[in-house]
Amino acid sequence: MALKGAIVVDTERCKGCGVCVANCPTNTIALAHEVNSRGYNFVHMANPDNCTGCTNCATVCPDAVITVYRVKI
Amino acid sequence: MDINEIIKPENLVYKKTPILKDNILHYCPGCSHGVVHKIIAEVIEEMNIQEKTIGVSPVGCSVFAYNYLDIDWQQAAHGRAPALATAIKRLMPEKYVFTYQGDGDLASIGTAEIMHACNRGENIVVIFINNAIYGMTGGQMAPTTLLGQVTATTPYGRKAELNGYPLKITELIAQLEGTCYVTRQSVQNPASVRKAKKAIRKAFENSQMHKGTSFVEIVGTCNSGWKIPPVQANKWMEENMFPFYPLGDMKDR
Repeated sequence: MALKGAIVVDTERCKGCGVCVANCPTNTIALAHEVNSRGYNFVHMANPDNCTGCTNCATVCPDAVITVYRVKI
Repeated sequence: MDINEIIKPENLVYKKTPILKDNILHYCPGCSHGVVHKIIAEVIEEMNIQEKTIGVSPVGCSVFAYNYLDIDWQQAAHGRAPALATAIKRLMPEKYVFTYQGDGDLASIGTAEIMHACNRGENIVVIFINNAIYGMTGGQMAPTTLLGQVTATTPYGRKAELNGYPLKITELIAQLEGTCYVTRQSVQNPASVRKAKKAIRKAFENSQMHKGTSFVEIVGTCNSGWKIPPVQANKWMEENMFPFYPLGDMKDR
C-alpha cells in the first residue's frame, strides 16, 4: 500500500524561508521562481509525484501556510 | 493520480488550527516564534481550553502575540509577565494562565520576577524563547548570548572578561522548589516540534493539577539578529547553541 500526498500552500502568507524545503524527506517541494505580492518566493510542489503527505513541511512551517492531504492507494 | 483527486476534505491530514488567526505574522521569515505560536495554538485546540486560557505577552518581538492566538491576552511591562500571570491565576484559579517571554525579557530585566514566581510555585506555565540575542531592538547582546557570538553590541564576539558569561536560566530555575516541570526543547525539525508540543501540553496539564510552575524553554533562532539565513540558522543553532544549552527535561515530578 502506497501513500500519495499533496499540499496546498497559502502563497500570500508564505515568506519563503525554506525551512520546509530543508525538512522535506522526498524532495517534493521547492521555492518557486514567482513571488507573492510581498516579494517572497513562495513554496510549491516542484515534484508532486514524490509527495507522501508526511506533514513534515507543515509541522515546521513558522507561518502555518501549508495544508496537507493524503490518500492510501 | 491527479492532485485534484487527493485534495479533498476527506483526505485532509494537517491544516492550520483555527485558534491561530489569519493575520500574517510580523515575524521575519523562518523565525521560531511562528512555530511556537502554532504549537501552543494546537495544544489549546486539542485540550479544548480556548475559552479558559489567558496568555501574558512580553516586551520583545512576541509583544504582538495577541494578534495571532485567538484567546484572552494581557500585555505586561518588560519582564513582569510572571507577576501579572501570578495575579491572574490567583484571581481566576480555574483558568489556564501562561506567559510567553523571550530571553531579553525573562533572563535580563525580568530575572527577579521569574525567580520569585517559580520559587512561590505559582500554577502557571512559562514559555521561554531563548534565541541568545535581543531580536526586536536590532540584535544586541542578551544575557544568554554565547561566548564569542557576534552581536550589534559585541562586534568582536562576546568576551567573558568584559561581558560576563552566558546565563543558563533554566538550570537555575530547575533548582527552585516551586517548579514541577522544567524542560528545554527546540523547534528546528519535525521531531523536535512534536517533542516541544508534548512538553507544552504537559505544562498546561500540570498547571491545572496545582503541582507548581511549569517552565518550558525553547531554544530558537533569530535569523535577522544572527544575520544568517533561516535554514543555516537552524544548523548554526544545532552546532553552537545545543552544546551549551543541552535539550531535555531537567525536572519532572
